[in-house]
Amino acid sequence: MRGRSMAESSIAKVTRTRRQRPLRVLIAKPGLDGHDRGAKVLARALRDAGMEVIYTGLFQTPEMIARAAADEDVDVVGLSILSGAHNQLFPKIVEELRRAGLDDVLVVAGGIIPKEDIPQLQALGIAAVFGPGTPLDTIVAYIREHAPAGERRS
Amino acid sequence: MSCLLDRVRAGDRRALARLLTHIENRTPLGIEAERLLFRAGGRSHVVGVTGPPGVGKSTLVAALIREARRLDQTVAVLAVDPTSPLTGGAVMGDRIRMLHVTADAGVFVRSLTSRGRGAGLAPALCGMVHVLEAFGFDFIVVETVGTGQGDFEIAQLSDTTVLLLMPGLGDEVQMLKAGSLETADILVVNKADAPGASQLLRDLRSMQRRAPGDLNPVPLHATIAMTGEGVAGLLASIVGHRQELERTGQWAERRRRRLLAEVRYLLLEALEERVDHALAALSEETQIALGDRRLDPRSLVDCLLGQCLTNLPADAD
Repeated sequence: MRGRSMAESSIAKVTRTRRQRPLRVLIAKPGLDGHDRGAKVLARALRDAGMEVIYTGLFQTPEMIARAAADEDVDVVGLSILSGAHNQLFPKIVEELRRAGLDDVLVVAGGIIPKEDIPQLQALGIAAVFGPGTPLDTIVAYIREHAPAGERRS
Repeated sequence: MSCLLDRVRAGDRRALARLLTHIENRTPLGIEAERLLFRAGGRSHVVGVTGPPGVGKSTLVAALIREARRLDQTVAVLAVDPTSPLTGGAVMGDRIRMLHVTADAGVFVRSLTSRGRGAGLAPALCGMVHVLEAFGFDFIVVETVGTGQGDFEIAQLSDTTVLLLMPGLGDEVQMLKAGSLETADILVVNKADAPGASQLLRDLRSMQRRAPGDLNPVPLHATIAMTGEGVAGLLASIVGHRQELERTGQWAERRRRRLLAEVRYLLLEALEERVDHALAALSEETQIALGDRRLDPRSLVDCLLGQCLTNLPADAD
């Protein structure tokens, strides 16, 4: 009995890992903000959680972020910003994402974002804002739970 | 389905990106699309760019894109990273920073990882290339780490294979000499401003001279991808390689070989699926017999092999 269940689970595991579609996440650094330690740490945590992470590098315009998200067909866009320009940049990014036809991607943000700004960002369509000190597991779990599920629409 | 295909045929970039996802994930829709779009392809020049990690492949590809755009040629890039999606992602930064391609509809970059995909990567890559061909890109660049680190040979998938080397690789180059040096159509010494570059170029030239039976040594280029130095010449050499093959009639033959390699990958992929099904369906008795050494693995394989080749797999879920 034990032999069988072990064999089955290992075979099932092999097959499943081969066929399961990993989540694709774009980590972007919008605007004039050269600090990407946080973005890289998060990129690595998401990678270790089995996601495919595409990091854009620094100094991205909203158009660049939308273009990268569209071409890479990501499920999630993570915006990291420490410059304080989130109220200026995020609306433009959300608009560009919509213009590129990405209305169902999950958009999350992190960085130095004052609490009082969060409601208006959420109203824009930024699903969650993770401040400094958020455990990586919390972010991983949030993305897993809220990313668009399954083979998405054609 | 037909909607997505129609949009791709009409040149909708977003639909192209989505279809590539379907193909990468081997969904029924993706597989059907490969079938339907295949005939629309065949005109693009598929260029494989390979070399050890850190040699500057992404930066060189970015520089090549810039040169190709100067000639008004469109470029799609498939960047494969077998080790870390994090470093693979650096392509994006390079591309976007160096080229300002945001408004440029003539460039399309897609990153993919080979991690955990095993034999699935090569057929997925082939399918993605077909779709990009159908979309009408002039160049399709497949960027990958080479030399025994992947589970396929990039040379089998491309019309022109470019191998990048750089000074200071030491033993790594020694290793490369045996393998991918022989399958490369064009050799590039990148970081040509770094110490040891001229020595490496000399070594490669003398090695080419000593190669037995090789009457036409492959072109050897020195580049500095960061500044773009030597890249125009490299692109000219890539184009020249195609022209030469077309002139001598080897182009069609190479294309045929490429498609045959794809057929092989697809067969292996289909078989792998059946093998998985056969193994999942193994009875408990058989497994116990195997464990008790009443049944030997070889005999079990003989028995399963027949099953894999005759039985259709249970409906793919």
